[in-house]
Amino acid sequence: MNILDIFTWSLLTVTITKAIPLIYAGIGGLYSERSGVVNICLEGIMLAGAFSAVVCTHFTGNLWFGLAGAIIAGTFMGLLHGVLSITFKVNQIVGGTAINIFAAGATEYLIPIVFGKPGATPPLAFTFERQDFFLSKYFLIYMAFLLVGLTHIFLYKTSYGLRVRAVGEHPKAADTVGINVYLTRYLCVIMSGIFAAIGGAYLSIGESGLFSKGMTANRGFIALAALIFGKWTPLGTLGACLFFGFCDNLQSTLQGRVPIPSEFMLMIPYVLTIVAIAGVVGRSRPPASSGVPYDPSER
Amino acid sequence: MKVVEMMGITKEFPGIKANENVSFHLNKGEILALVGENGAGKSTLMNILYGLYQPESGEIYIQEKPVVIKDPNTAISLGIGMVHQHFMLIPPLTVTENIILGSEPVDGGIFINIDKASRKVKDISEQYGLKIDPFARIESISVGMQQRVEILKTLYRGAEILILDEPTAVLTPQEIKELFTIMRVLIEKGKSIIIITHKLDEVKEISDRIVVLRHGKIMGEALTSEVSTSQIASMMVGRDVVFRIKKETIEPGEVVLDVHNVTACDDRGLPALQGITFNVRAGEIVGIAGVDGNGQTELVEAITGLRSVKSGKISLKGKEITNLPPRKIIETGLGHIPEDRHKRGLVLNFSVAENFVLMEYYKSPFAKWINLSYRAINDFAQKLIGRFDVRTPGKETLVRSLSGGNQQKIIIAREIVRNPNILIASQPTRGLDVGAIEFVQENLLEQRRNGKAILLVSLELEEIMNLSDRILVIYEGSIVGEVSGEEATRDKIGIMMTGVKGEEEKGEKCVGAETVLPFVQNDEL
Ligand SMILES: Nc1ncnc2c1ncn2[C@@H]1O[C@H](COP(=O)(O)OP(=O)(O)OP(=O)(O)O)[C@@H](O)[C@H]1O
Ligand SMILES: [Mg+2]
Repeated sequence: MNILDIFTWSLLTVTITKAIPLIYAGIGGLYSERSGVVNICLEGIMLAGAFSAVVCTHFTGNLWFGLAGAIIAGTFMGLLHGVLSITFKVNQIVGGTAINIFAAGATEYLIPIVFGKPGATPPLAFTFERQDFFLSKYFLIYMAFLLVGLTHIFLYKTSYGLRVRAVGEHPKAADTVGINVYLTRYLCVIMSGIFAAIGGAYLSIGESGLFSKGMTANRGFIALAALIFGKWTPLGTLGACLFFGFCDNLQSTLQGRVPIPSEFMLMIPYVLTIVAIAGVVGRSRPPASSGVPYDPSER
Repeated sequence: MKVVEMMGITKEFPGIKANENVSFHLNKGEILALVGENGAGKSTLMNILYGLYQPESGEIYIQEKPVVIKDPNTAISLGIGMVHQHFMLIPPLTVTENIILGSEPVDGGIFINIDKASRKVKDISEQYGLKIDPFARIESISVGMQQRVEILKTLYRGAEILILDEPTAVLTPQEIKELFTIMRVLIEKGKSIIIITHKLDEVKEISDRIVVLRHGKIMGEALTSEVSTSQIASMMVGRDVVFRIKKETIEPGEVVLDVHNVTACDDRGLPALQGITFNVRAGEIVGIAGVDGNGQTELVEAITGLRSVKSGKISLKGKEITNLPPRKIIETGLGHIPEDRHKRGLVLNFSVAENFVLMEYYKSPFAKWINLSYRAINDFAQKLIGRFDVRTPGKETLVRSLSGGNQQKIIIAREIVRNPNILIASQPTRGLDVGAIEFVQENLLEQRRNGKAILLVSLELEEIMNLSDRILVIYEGSIVGEVSGEEATRDKIGIMMTGVKGEEEKGEKCVGAETVLPFVQNDEL
């Protein structure tokens, strides 16, 4: 086999499709983390989004309502994480993990209750995949790239973006110039929930046309890794997501063709993330107050 | 006209009344010095004025109108600006971004107009003579410039009343001079200023009027021109303060700490110590003088085992301790008062009692098998709190909530009661009030009297000269000169601090004297 065979047009398109859910979740994570809230529950939020999208599409027969369902689920999940980590100052890793477990359990439990059969929902009559007009899944793909661009502009060119960065670095300093730290963090965590949920919806109503338990398959964690690998910037995260999508794709293309176990290929994103955090590929530094609840009365 | 008037302010924290029925006022165009011991409630009072804390009772009048300041936004809109004791700047953002944060000039409602912003910043900085680089990142500029950014931040928001909480504590003498010039310009332009400082000669130099706070209550006020520094000091502390402590002559004994040809790198991997050699003998205080950032931090870290030594040898009482783990070094009889008390000296979220045993918690009587004996720890803490007069609501209080000065006392108490052969004291009196400074210095001399060796690293020349038997001057990682305590003068040390070698001093004096002038002048004021 010619080694160049693997670099085909389909490799590019498949890479992009694999990267899309990561981009939504990664950018979601970026909003939360830049405001100082660690979001380890991207995985759970994606699951909730994927499930709600299927449920709403199923009952309304309309993909847009499905997407709206995902957004509502994401808002709710983001709000939940916000209440735990901002208002109640619960350890953000522990709170996020609890949300992950909750989302996995709740979706699995609800499948038979809503659809009468455990494990997976029946295939939907419509998915973004099967429509041809602008109601295609390409809509969600273009939106993902647009989201990255808009986030970049928001973060670096607008006053609100500056405030988000300030709150994530040094909330007390932001507070002393009259910025509402709690409100900023809540809004960011909710945004985070919405985008991660859309990433989940892409997987269910965008691609597979059904929901099966645990279908996000750790993409939330890979998105988090992409965020770190991309040094907490929108463009960096985009690059990392595309790269991780590429690895994922390469892994399935090369499977059986080269004498490397595919498990090793699957490990690449994680290994790279560890390397990135260890500072080998330039310094990757999280927002200074990320993970630290803000207490205004503390000195 | 009274631009600020606070009446009957009372503020309580758990276990302590930080302010009790405090009343004072600030006149227009005046510099008011707010002085008082550590923990007297100065920062608390100013935080109330800035809307960060809500008082339990009391009234505030701004421009003679009653107001309720419920948050910093309200304070800002009333024309109040505050430069905090710990800077409120965001390190990775630029100077301009930090200044405009929260009141950004925008196009179309949300897009920052960075040109307009930096032009405005530049205008204000020129108007008041505050030199800054609008596009530099905070993390890469000097502390002095950071402070100018803080002042600009308040002016940008249209502040008429400026609160400066211990603005000089972290500045070099040169930067302090510049700050005072800026303050005078501000007054000229019609602003009014409240300044908090522990350095009474600064109070004398810059302020028009003084308000003294003690134990959260107003102890009195006076026109600066009508009181002497010692009068202010005794008003603050409630007793007379000796400024020049007496030091008896002691014949130094054997060498305790021997540092031989030591080299080490700084955090960026650049050489910070370039072959340092000196020793400290029993019953002797050796002072290390120098401009900040010439290797003092690295030297202390190398000796205490917190930074790896690249070459050379360090021994303590004849035993080599080079690159040993810190605990091993401590156990050979070394005490360390670190320069950054938050980073190295204390665990802020531990109680006072726990912080007292950080060095010895694993030994009897504090440890019993794998358990801690809280009874022993608490008894020990109670004793130290009494002996070192630590102002804390109790031994279980978190160290985080204590005032800076009292945090420092905990470290000093802990290190001194261990009675180490050598005590490394780095900036031991930074941020302390006159009473506490006297207390710390007396304790250092007491150690000396007991035949212990002390290495004193300080940016305060005054302190070095008062205490040291020998003074070594450090410049760019090398010892460039040595003078004995009696022969030391500010000029002599000041010149060496700029890198002119001790021996060459006479020939080169003119060259060095120019650059060092600010230090000399500051002394005379
Ligand atoms: N946020 C807080 N929580 C609990 N106690 C506090 C808090 N802030 C201040 N205190 C207590 O109030 C008292 C006054 O503190 P404050 O910081 O106002 O003193 P200060 O006069 O500024 O002292 P320093 O000169 O050391 O800065 C101290 O005893 C301190 O322990
Ligand atoms: Mg204070």
